[in-house]
Amino acid sequence: MTQSAVTEAPVTGVDPPAVGRDLRRRWILLAVGLTAALVLPWFIYPPVAMDIVAMALFAIALDILLGYTGLLSFGHAAFWGSSAYVTGLIATHYGVPFPVAVIGGAVFAMILAVPLGYLSVRRSGIYFAMVTLAFAQMVYFIGYQWSDLTGGENGLQGVPRSFFGIDLVETDSFYFYYAALPILLLGMWAAWRIVHSPFGRVLMSIRDNTPRARALGYEVEKYKLIAFVLSAGLTGLAGGVFAINHGFVALTELHWSTSGEVVLMAVLGGIGTLWGGVLGAFLAVMLADYLASSGFHGIDLVTGTVFILVVLLFRRGLWGTVRHRWLVRQQRRTAAAGPAER
Amino acid sequence: MLAVTADARVAVRTRALTKVFRGFRAVDAVDLEVREGSVHALVGPNGAGKTTLFNLLTGFLTPTSGTILVFDEDVTGQPPERVARRGVARSFQITSLFETLTSREHVELALQGLTSQGFRFWRSEKLLGRDRARVEDLLEQVGLLRLADKPVGLLAYGQKRALELSLVLALEPRLMLLDEPTAGMGIEDVDRTIELIRRIAAGRTVVLVDHNMRVVGSLADRVTVLQQGRILAEGPYDEVRNDERVITAYLGEADHA
Repeated sequence: MTQSAVTEAPVTGVDPPAVGRDLRRRWILLAVGLTAALVLPWFIYPPVAMDIVAMALFAIALDILLGYTGLLSFGHAAFWGSSAYVTGLIATHYGVPFPVAVIGGAVFAMILAVPLGYLSVRRSGIYFAMVTLAFAQMVYFIGYQWSDLTGGENGLQGVPRSFFGIDLVETDSFYFYYAALPILLLGMWAAWRIVHSPFGRVLMSIRDNTPRARALGYEVEKYKLIAFVLSAGLTGLAGGVFAINHGFVALTELHWSTSGEVVLMAVLGGIGTLWGGVLGAFLAVMLADYLASSGFHGIDLVTGTVFILVVLLFRRGLWGTVRHRWLVRQQRRTAAAGPAER
Repeated sequence: MLAVTADARVAVRTRALTKVFRGFRAVDAVDLEVREGSVHALVGPNGAGKTTLFNLLTGFLTPTSGTILVFDEDVTGQPPERVARRGVARSFQITSLFETLTSREHVELALQGLTSQGFRFWRSEKLLGRDRARVEDLLEQVGLLRLADKPVGLLAYGQKRALELSLVLALEPRLMLLDEPTAGMGIEDVDRTIELIRRIAAGRTVVLVDHNMRVVGSLADRVTVLQQGRILAEGPYDEVRNDERVITAYLGEADHA
């Protein structure tokens, strides 16, 4: 038997098993990732470090739909941005500790996702992307027009960072990073849990073969809607932390370019991998930060070029390619170790 | 097999079932009756409407007009998952599987299909493997137990078809619709599959589409011959086989394997 499940399978560009089979590797990765998250603000300007982790959760949340359900949402700025606004408004008007405001923002994003998702999941492929984009543009328009509430083009200014009166966290972004990190890590853990649950398994089968899933009795639209709402909620967590981190919410957060940016990050890292989102966010934020601080103005030109190169050279994204190589090698090793059971 | 008596219940009944694609009548006013507990074959030349009829019966297509009753309940226009939840399981003509999962994981997913366990996004996927005995029993029935942990992408063609049958069985169907279960199989696999179907058909109703007349002849209690979307003839296999119209329309041009 010469053919290989790994080299043969992905027509979708999504990497095969997505069902973890190597526990040891998983724990090592987790340890490395956690350590990196913990030491990040020692090496990187803390607000930027926070942006990286928030964006990473954003990309992971999107990946639940894009990589695991096979739905390309081009309107996730609606959830990211609206949660940023709601978090900012709650923090401004009620002076609650920021985690409470963030949770408020995430809940709002989920509530918003119910009607939007309900109307979108009936479409698939490019139509799904277009419908989500259209809805996100409506949300953008509301944010733009309702300037009494959102500050319109000026954005929402002066969002406070209350944290139980602990001065260090409220004023020093280094300590704020550690106060906010658990929220984002919890979000990432939730994404991992969702993807590796019975529910996640159904999502993957819908992605790979929708008619077969239906014929097994799975109510595909219901599964897609729940995935959509969960993805929006995690996106909301990230957007809320982002808003608090900056103390300011710009209208850009609702703009379609934000939706595009997160798709770029997810694809850059590799969809259907979760870790790919982390890597993609890290690279995209670092690149943008580096270019901005060096006074270069064509940021989009550079990120766009990098994106095109990655898509052309590494179809599975950076992380996806690494993982794929690893899987192929492992499979060869198993094949060499002894004739496959027949 | 019990003799089919006059008052036997009806598993499937269609009335004037019609499906039109852009003016082409793929299924044209079909009144089909499948008796409960029988193996009922649909045969006919390519383009006769067999697959369309299948898709109509399982909700993958919505009829242009006419009604479908399954076990006396109207399922016309219901989506596939609802039809599946009424105990109607189908196999697919094109081996239709999730390439990257193992056989075991396939059966686990199939067993979960009719429950609400699939919505548990907060639980571990290990929950899926809970009913190990049942999963292995199903794989054993189709002879795949020893390959249970192999990714399906690595299975041979005949093995994939066998897995397809185990997925159908996992749904505990009252009615099974098998779309060309032996298509593309080697002769030994065909014999084994005939035996397998005979075994799993006991106590169930089966609607079968197959081009292989040996399969139809050895399994079917009744045969419906379709041509250009209409019913050409119907009856026991031997009777239909000798029908003049059928011979000209279909058997004459097919191989008498």
